[in-house]
Amino acid sequence: MALDSSDKPRTFKVVGTRPLRPDGIDKVTGRARFGADIVAPGMLVGRVLRSPHAHARIVKVDTSKARALSGVKAVVTRADFGAVPDGVADVIDNCMAGDKALYDGHAVAAVAASSAAVARKALRLIEVEYEVLAHVTDVDAAMKPDAPVLHAGRQDETVPEGYSQNVMSRVEFGHGDIDKGLAEADRVVERTYRTGATHQGYIEPHACLATMGPDGQADLWCCTQGHYMVRNTCAAILGMEQGQLRVTASEIGGGFGGKTTVFLEPVALMLSKLAGRPVKMVMSRSEVLRATGPTSSSSIDIKIGMTKDGRITAGFAQLRYQGGAYPGSPVDMGSMSAFAPYDLENVKTVGFDVVTNRPKAAAYRAPGAPMAAFAVESAVDELAKGFGLDPLEVRLKNAAREGTVASYGPTFPAIGLEATLEAAKAHPHWTAPLGENQGRGVACGFWFNFGGDTCVTLNVTPDGTVTVSEGNPDIGGSRASMTMMAAEELGIPYTQVRTIIADTGSLGQNEVTDGSRVTFAVGLATIEAARNAKREMCKRAAMIWGIDEEAVEWVDGAARPAGPNAGKHDPMTLKEIAAIASNTGGPIAGHYEVNAEGAGVSFGTHMVDVEVDPDTGAPKILRYTVFQDAGKAVHPAYVEGQFQGGAVQGIGWALNEEYIYGEDGILQNAGFLDYRIPVASDLPMIDTMILEIANPGHPYGVRGVGETPIVPPLAAIANAVSAAAGVRLTDLPMSPPRILAAIQGKKGG
Amino acid sequence: MRYEAPNSVEAAIDLLAATEGAYVLAGGTDLLVKLRAEMLEPELVVDIKRISGMKGITPEDGGWRIGAAVSGAEMGEHAGLTGDWPGVVEAVGLIGSTQVQGRATLAGNLCNASPAADSVPAMVAANATLRIVGPKGSRDVAVIDVPASPGKTTLGSGEFIASVFLPAKPDHGGDAYLRFIPRTEMDIAVVGCGVSLVLDGAGKVSAARVSLGAVGPKVMLVDAAAEALIGRAPKGDALEDLAAVCSAAATPIDDKRGTVDFRRHVAGVLARRATEIAATRAKGETA
Amino acid sequence: MSQIHVTTSINGDTTEFLCEAEDTLLDVLRDRLGMTGSKEGCGTGDCGACSVTVDGRLVCSCLMLGAEAEGREVTTIEGMATGDQLHPLQQKFIEMAALQCGICTPGILVAAKSLLEKNPDPTEEEVRYWLAGNLCRCTGYDKIIRAVMETAADLRRAS
Repeated sequence: MALDSSDKPRTFKVVGTRPLRPDGIDKVTGRARFGADIVAPGMLVGRVLRSPHAHARIVKVDTSKARALSGVKAVVTRADFGAVPDGVADVIDNCMAGDKALYDGHAVAAVAASSAAVARKALRLIEVEYEVLAHVTDVDAAMKPDAPVLHAGRQDETVPEGYSQNVMSRVEFGHGDIDKGLAEADRVVERTYRTGATHQGYIEPHACLATMGPDGQADLWCCTQGHYMVRNTCAAILGMEQGQLRVTASEIGGGFGGKTTVFLEPVALMLSKLAGRPVKMVMSRSEVLRATGPTSSSSIDIKIGMTKDGRITAGFAQLRYQGGAYPGSPVDMGSMSAFAPYDLENVKTVGFDVVTNRPKAAAYRAPGAPMAAFAVESAVDELAKGFGLDPLEVRLKNAAREGTVASYGPTFPAIGLEATLEAAKAHPHWTAPLGENQGRGVACGFWFNFGGDTCVTLNVTPDGTVTVSEGNPDIGGSRASMTMMAAEELGIPYTQVRTIIADTGSLGQNEVTDGSRVTFAVGLATIEAARNAKREMCKRAAMIWGIDEEAVEWVDGAARPAGPNAGKHDPMTLKEIAAIASNTGGPIAGHYEVNAEGAGVSFGTHMVDVEVDPDTGAPKILRYTVFQDAGKAVHPAYVEGQFQGGAVQGIGWALNEEYIYGEDGILQNAGFLDYRIPVASDLPMIDTMILEIANPGHPYGVRGVGETPIVPPLAAIANAVSAAAGVRLTDLPMSPPRILAAIQGKKGG
Repeated sequence: MRYEAPNSVEAAIDLLAATEGAYVLAGGTDLLVKLRAEMLEPELVVDIKRISGMKGITPEDGGWRIGAAVSGAEMGEHAGLTGDWPGVVEAVGLIGSTQVQGRATLAGNLCNASPAADSVPAMVAANATLRIVGPKGSRDVAVIDVPASPGKTTLGSGEFIASVFLPAKPDHGGDAYLRFIPRTEMDIAVVGCGVSLVLDGAGKVSAARVSLGAVGPKVMLVDAAAEALIGRAPKGDALEDLAAVCSAAATPIDDKRGTVDFRRHVAGVLARRATEIAATRAKGETA
Repeated sequence: MSQIHVTTSINGDTTEFLCEAEDTLLDVLRDRLGMTGSKEGCGTGDCGACSVTVDGRLVCSCLMLGAEAEGREVTTIEGMATGDQLHPLQQKFIEMAALQCGICTPGILVAAKSLLEKNPDPTEEEVRYWLAGNLCRCTGYDKIIRAVMETAADLRRAS
């Protein structure tokens, strides 16, 4: 759907303001019901037994003693699920191990019991015989031909000879001639960069409540980014018809991509089926860290050539991402996004998807992109500084713009990268003085933005208020945004619209809340649903006035005769039309179903000042500014919130967060004590600047904004730390021991 | 598991002595984490907070006696204690969050027997003693003698710490504690260093105690560090020597929180910085 | 094992409950009293989502046994508003978009209220350190810190 009246900018009444969110009071009073906050009569407690080994054959699972314990109502192992369709085979294997436990924390069995204490006791009575196998957790080690193999015989034909079977597939993108481009360069930077695996770190652990009757009908309550995905996946695993499983999304306490798949849900359904009672399951924090999806750790080789006046002549990257125990790391998106901010003649990326004995990677905010941007933006910074060039000018000189053929294929329409760079250059932050041991870094980031299957139903109530039903869990204020777009389109006040997240029985298929798709795609569907409702209301007015439908138009919340030829009629407001709807043909609603396209890519530029303590290597973030294109900011406060939250997740990734495995393949830091996400005292305020370069694919020009803010920080901070420390940092996290070692290495060298 | 909250020391000793697998509950900020992780499965938990005196901070012999159940937050709010032993109060104040401060205690931090406990090096530097009560009566013990190894103390069966005693602050004395953590809060010390010193009329160190945490299996009192300071003004070469001694004394391990090289180096850095703060305080200035 | 009978005050109401010795105060609030406003994000005192006050002292309810509540005064997020009147912090958090997903919000509000009662004029640094034990993964803390500072300023003006 195209941008409205793209020749003249539209003026908005509601969009662009900052109204109070509809779920605000529930959330500040503790009334909002999250995943773990619901109960059902006769409810049992479900718990999972997990592998203590990184890699082991499951020889035998004896559940007889657990079953015999008083209060135990069901015990589930993989055998209970039987054969499942290919498309969900890895999913169930991740939820409940089959022949092998593939990582520390992999689920092996589960129980449903009358209390948590009984469930705990029952788990200890389950006897699992393991044959411990050699393991591998590092991506480069896993690629070597002699590495322990997780899945024999599943390698894709895209992988050349000489690699371990752990390399599942290889992708390649680009155009031009890298060697020719490198030959034209005055300098080439060739380096290897590494990033640790980070977890989404949502504060709400996974939780669900399942109830399934002997008739095969089931209800599931869960915290998820996509309850339609949960329905479809669980139905496939349990051999159910999708229509028999109704899934209701709870309020969601953060997801960031980590709740775009299932972990507990099929197990809870199976336990409920066997026990004949509702079963509630809630993960502990250590289970979340051990067994739900972190992102990939990565190892990336970069080769970039530049002329001394700052023109990039060639860009090459080989990206190696480990995606945990099953194929499907986001290396494809990393490979596609790596050079997206640049207009390059010669560009090539090659990506390897590698399995290791770690939990299967799940999506994490702009999946795959931050690591790739870290490598590319670090190398570009190094080249620019090597020539004494301004890193913003170098980026402007090479910036992707309208008409650029992206490294991954498409030709960009109107995009906002240059706008963010120009804004950064003009911002006082860029020229503010720096003190001793301080450095400033900048970096750019890109995200594709998603669309996808979307349904919205908009109902006009008899008293003339409006309800919007949409199918995407509200993870950060999207109900407010949908309400605003509906109110804008209908010409009625924000307070007269209420948006709810409907269960899976109430709407058609909806893609999960991911890829920064919701404000764009659900917004688009909301606007179209409102337009359909308006058409219907114009039709009713036309009927009352006895004129043609085409002679009625909708202006400022009321149907009006479209011109002098339509006759003289007083406008009929939405309220007036709604009140007599029963007499003019019945209730009024608008709905819209679409596979939304035209999401409009997103770019941002981040700027950060860091001070490094030369004696301890401790970094301190002093100042941070985000510049990003939002297309059109529907609720600017929530757009700023996305910028700030993404930037701070990136700060965590850059400085402290990582999965730490011992030699034994056991996760050493499965808790918030040693998985160190940023705390309030670590940070300054995060300043933001919203740019608005309208997305031609949305009626109001909206682009998704959620993912891009996590893409630039890794490199921006690395560039700042490197400037402050006087030595280039190439491995994340840049923990104090690493920074100190680099400083001492520089002195020694 | 049973829970008891006796209101006398005697009753607490009886309960602890009579039950295999009994644990003392003061602030509970370590105990409950271990319960939750199923690292411990006590038969009995004895809550000592309802015993009179356990929540008191009282003057004694010019120093302060601090009940075993006094929380970090309560210590931080006590002007007299904070004035005399700011390093000890800051050290306990570094344990966990504001919420943890509402419950965490000196005695608990010590009995948890983590080599990285923040308050322990500060107490050792301050030459604090403990009153330990048990079936055989009560005894006073230096803090340094309580940790045995990671997770283990020298307390006997049925014994528990009733109070911590911080001696009278010496004239022209000052103390300080610094730790290194990767974030600004909420972490376990990668290195900790407590310093307590006394200055003479010429501004030279006349007495000193320097302790290190998280760089060995238990807290260590570094005599050589004190020797590096005594008789010298706490600046320049004296601090460089102190740092070198502390780095050399450290016997750390590589783990998820830090490397051997990093810990050795930072032990020296922190000793230098903590000494500067302690010296400033000894001069009666604020730091 | 027989359960423990506890009489306590929760948000000013005398409350009795039975609990197991190992039940935390958070378990009691959520599972026995139906007060699910306090959240469990970690169970180890590292996230602050379960923050309550006990006898006026801010604590993590996951790090305290339910049995310890005997005779104490507990306040939770459910006691923060008075009838239909939100506490100024609650109102400000909504107005300033200081929450996204909202899971950490109850704990942060309880902690922030406790701060302002002790220190009506905190610096930004004081707010940041006081709230360091309350993890928020959505907001980057910026709008939370601003909302607490603004509420403090409003309350000072009003008093």
